[in-house]
Amino acid sequence: MTQLRFDGDQGDMIIDLYDNRLAALLAWLWPGAGHFYQRRFAKGFLFMLCILGTFLMGLRIGSGRVVYASLKSEDFRWQYFCQAAIGIPALPALVQSISIRNGGDPIWVMCERYPAGHRVDGRLVEYSRIDGEQSGSVPGSLKDGFMAPPSGKIDLDKSDVLGMWHIELGNWFEIGTFYTVIAGLLNLLAIYDAFAGPVILTKIIDPFGET
Amino acid sequence: MFQTLFLADILAVPRMYYVVPLIIAVSFVYGATRHERLDQILVHSLRSAVWVTFFLAIILGLIWFGGFWN
Repeated sequence: MTQLRFDGDQGDMIIDLYDNRLAALLAWLWPGAGHFYQRRFAKGFLFMLCILGTFLMGLRIGSGRVVYASLKSEDFRWQYFCQAAIGIPALPALVQSISIRNGGDPIWVMCERYPAGHRVDGRLVEYSRIDGEQSGSVPGSLKDGFMAPPSGKIDLDKSDVLGMWHIELGNWFEIGTFYTVIAGLLNLLAIYDAFAGPVILTKIIDPFGET
Repeated sequence: MFQTLFLADILAVPRMYYVVPLIIAVSFVYGATRHERLDQILVHSLRSAVWVTFFLAIILGLIWFGGFWN
């Protein structure tokens, strides 16, 4: 159990970090959870509200498509490494990535899309959304899953599902991605705070003992 | 004149308002990692928010002026 003592403006202050490694793990798993474990409820609530709120807002702005895990060379989603710092809220992306790995369907399907080269009344409609009434009736249709990577092949020189996401969402795809990345990075600060306490310059005793 | 035009341009873009929740969240989290008491966190957050807003405004101003050379 680690305790910190600070020489604050209004007298000394002791912060009990309990098991700070466990607190850091909990803080990673769920924003604010590490602080709740340390009985630092106000800060825990503040972290949860700010970080989770930012993440969920980004996810909403990006229609659930801006958080996904993909290591394909043509669509290397490096942003997910930042988003994953928020822990459990970003975990469905990993589950979805695993579920579609061998050509399977995502678990939480949001909409279906026409496959490559599909025509309706002579008009090319590949990768466009299939109306709700017709969903399930188009053979080889592609599925958009919540937090799932874009289905089908990704080709930078041709149209694909990822390209359709960008067309449909426009700048909101980037704004949503930015929000969720920032949320993940902010949680790194919260994890550090749960592990080592606040960065107060007037700290007079750094972890002073095992009790 | 320039300031009025600049502000009018910025406020006319609805997407610009999406920076406000980010500034609030970043300021609060940054302030909370620097202090333990809520009153101190609030004061630090307010200072951070002003600083971040000022910093972003400078970048925005540079981009805005850069647009004249397009």
